[in-house]
Amino acid sequence: MNRNREIPEVNAGSMADIAFLLLIFFLVTTTIETDVGLDRKLPPKETTPPPPIHERNIFRVSLNKKNEIFVEDAIMEMKDLKSAAMAFLDNGGSPVGNKNHCNYCMGDRDPNSSDSPSKAIISFNSDREASYGTYIEVQNELTAAYNTLRNREAQKRFGQNFVEMEKAYFDPITSANAKMILKDRIQEIRDMFPMMLSEAQITTNL
Amino acid sequence: MRNYRKNRNQLPAISTASLPDIVFMLLFFFMTVTTIKSKTLLVDNDLPHASQVKSLDKKDRVIEIIVGKPNPKLAKVVGTEPKIQLNDKLAYVNEIGPYVLSELSRKPENIQNLITVSLKIDKNVQVGIVSDIKQELRKINVLKVNYTTYQGNDK
Repeated sequence: MNRNREIPEVNAGSMADIAFLLLIFFLVTTTIETDVGLDRKLPPKETTPPPPIHERNIFRVSLNKKNEIFVEDAIMEMKDLKSAAMAFLDNGGSPVGNKNHCNYCMGDRDPNSSDSPSKAIISFNSDREASYGTYIEVQNELTAAYNTLRNREAQKRFGQNFVEMEKAYFDPITSANAKMILKDRIQEIRDMFPMMLSEAQITTNL
Repeated sequence: MRNYRKNRNQLPAISTASLPDIVFMLLFFFMTVTTIKSKTLLVDNDLPHASQVKSLDKKDRVIEIIVGKPNPKLAKVVGTEPKIQLNDKLAYVNEIGPYVLSELSRKPENIQNLITVSLKIDKNVQVGIVSDIKQELRKINVLKVNYTTYQGNDK
């Protein structure tokens, strides 16, 4: 009765099989989900008639059914759209002394373009037959124009990018105190360059 | 001397003890970066790309609307025109309002005004159907939308 006192080693050879089984199960039942996108707020159904807006404060972008972009009735390439939108938003045409005067604008100060970023409206129209891919590209370029300008001001004032500030604000790791500061800063930048992107009724070509 | 030589001729067994570790690592990677498929897609859903994206809210604050051309199997029955998919079936534009409202009423009351509608729309769809959906959402006063895209610049 000479029993082996040593505990026999557990065979770990089948462990890999079990793990593979689990791995394959997860590969099959799951997908890599996209949970990013462009946020927009739709205008409410019953709007009060808008106050009269001067034509120079509107930047008209339209997309026709051949997926061509028109800015103020002139055709434009996708790559030029962002800089054109930025030039418009950042123009700051009102003279010094006017209540709309924008002291942080770095644009051309052309009196025939927008008065100040808080007055400037981008109006984006699209034909019903335009493709959604192009539509999103235009939306993306216009968002990029706003984000670049907001980043510039945030960098100047707080030494941080606006996009990063927003990301930190929505990050659950950020402490409550930091969020309070961020909230004010984000609001300040948003007031400087409010995002006014109007998507009026989509036109139909009859 | 002889013994030593004999040992050298015999190949030592490769230890597979660390294989489970590697596989587990892969497993955990996939478990963290993926989500469980909630619904089967009935339509093509190749989302457009965008770079200026924001990440969506938590999963429970999102209502999804999927639009795309029906997949080849369904196309024989319903045609190739873009269709709207709500939850597991195809729907017409006028069903969006009731669907979103019924989904909304199922959410806890304190987050009902934080709900975002995620529009997962195939990039080859025409804008017309998208604007119809937006009109429907405006009618029921659900105004927060998210054009869900892939992240990146390539087309």
